[in-house]
Amino acid sequence: MTLSQQIRFAAALLALALVSACAGANRPPPEGINDPNEVANRKVHEFNKAFDSAFFGPASNAYGKGVPAPVRARVQDFAANISLPSLIVNQLLQARLDDAGHNFSRLLLNTTLGIGGLFDVASDVGLEERTTDFGETLHVWGLGEGNYVVMPFFGPSTSRDAVGTVVDFFTNPLTYTLPGGRRYVPTAAGIVARFGDRYTYASTIDDLMYNSEDPYTTMRLFYLDSRRYELSGGESGDDLYDIYEEAYE
Amino acid sequence: MNDPFHRAIHRPTRRLMLAGLAASALLATPLPALAFSGDDARGLIEKVIADIQKIIDSGKSDAAKLKDFERIFERYGDVPVIGQLVLGADGRSASAAQKRAFAEAFKIYISHKYGRRFREFIGGHIEIGKVRKVKRFYEVTTTTVFKGQAPFEVIYVVSEKSRKFIDMKIEGISLIKSERAEIGAMLDKRGGNLDRLIADLRKM
Repeated sequence: MTLSQQIRFAAALLALALVSACAGANRPPPEGINDPNEVANRKVHEFNKAFDSAFFGPASNAYGKGVPAPVRARVQDFAANISLPSLIVNQLLQARLDDAGHNFSRLLLNTTLGIGGLFDVASDVGLEERTTDFGETLHVWGLGEGNYVVMPFFGPSTSRDAVGTVVDFFTNPLTYTLPGGRRYVPTAAGIVARFGDRYTYASTIDDLMYNSEDPYTTMRLFYLDSRRYELSGGESGDDLYDIYEEAYE
Repeated sequence: MNDPFHRAIHRPTRRLMLAGLAASALLATPLPALAFSGDDARGLIEKVIADIQKIIDSGKSDAAKLKDFERIFERYGDVPVIGQLVLGADGRSASAAQKRAFAEAFKIYISHKYGRRFREFIGGHIEIGKVRKVKRFYEVTTTTVFKGQAPFEVIYVVSEKSRKFIDMKIEGISLIKSERAEIGAMLDKRGGNLDRLIADLRKM
C-alpha cells in the first residue's frame, strides 16, 4: 500500500469503528459461566501451573530478588510507555477519542520528560494509564464474549479475548516502524514486565493458583467477573442481587 | 351528670385522661424506623475505612491486626447474613446452631484472609466515591490509591434492612460469590460435613 492508500484504509477503519462502537458498549454484562470445553481447558490450566511452578514463578522470583526495586520500576514504566501506541490504536478503533487523547498526552510526556519512558511522570499530573486491548475493541464492536478459554502461557480468557490477545501482537505501530532489531523492543519489554508483575503480585497469584480449593474454578470466576466488570465500566450483573435477596426471603 | 358544675370539673380531667391515653398509645406502638439513606450507607463505610486505616497505621503485631480486622466485621458487617449467603444451598439442612457457628467461624476465616491482603495497603490511601441504590441495597464505591500503581475499586454493598455491609466487590469480584464457590469446594472435600468445616475454618 502507498501512504495515501494506508491513510484512506485507516480512515475507513475509523469510520467503521465510529459506527459499530455504538452497537456494543453499554450492554448489561453477561452472566453465568459458559465453559463447554472444560476438560480441555483444565488440561491447559494444569500445563500453565506446571510451567509456572517449574519456570515462570522461580525465574520471576530470581528477577525480583536479583534486580533492585528502582531498576525494576524503570523496566515496568518503560514497557508500559512503549505499549501505549497499541492502546491508542485500540481506543481509536473503539471511537473513545478522549481516552486515546489522554493516553497520547501521556505518551508525549513520558517519552520526553520521562526520558524515553523510563519514568512515569504523567501519572503524577493525573494522566494515569487507561488500559485497553483488542478484546475490548471487539466488545465495543458488539461481539459477545463467547466461551471461557484457558490459553497456554496467557491463562484465563474467552473466545473473544483470546482473539484479542493474538491480534494485539500486531496493534503496536512501533513494531512496524522502528528500524531493524529495535522493532522487537516493545514485545521484549512486555515480557520482562510480566516477570516483574509475577514478582510484585506473588502472594496474590500464589493464593489463587496454589492455595485455593479448586484453582481452576476460582480463576474462572475471578477472570469472568473482573473482565465483565471492566468492560461494562463498573457494573455487576443482576445475578449478584438475586443472591443477596436470598438472605431476606 | 348534666349540670354545668359537674361538666366544668370533669372536662379537663377527661381531656387530660384522653391525652394520657394517646401518649401511652404512642409509646406502645413502635416508632416508625427512620429511613436508612445513601448518606447513612456512606457514613457506615467511612467508619469502616477509618478503622482499616487505623489498623494499617497502628504498628501492632500481625496477629493483633488480624484480631482488629475481625472486630471490623463484627461491628459493621452483617455476620449472620454473610454466613447464610456464603453457605447458600448447602446451609438449608443446617440447624440454627450450626448456622450460627458457621457464621462465626467464617467471620474469623475471612477477616484473616482479607486482613492479610489489607496489610499490603501500607502507604496507600482510600477515598469514598459515589453511592448507588440497587434494589434494597446501597453500593458504596471506594478507590484505593497506591503510588506507582493503577488505583483500584472496592465496592461495599450495604443492606438497607440490617444497616450493615453484606458484601465487598474488589474490581468486580464479589467476596460472597467467590467464597460461596470456595466454601462449597471445601465442604465437598469434607464429604459435606459442616461441623468439620466449621472447626477447620477457625484454624485457617
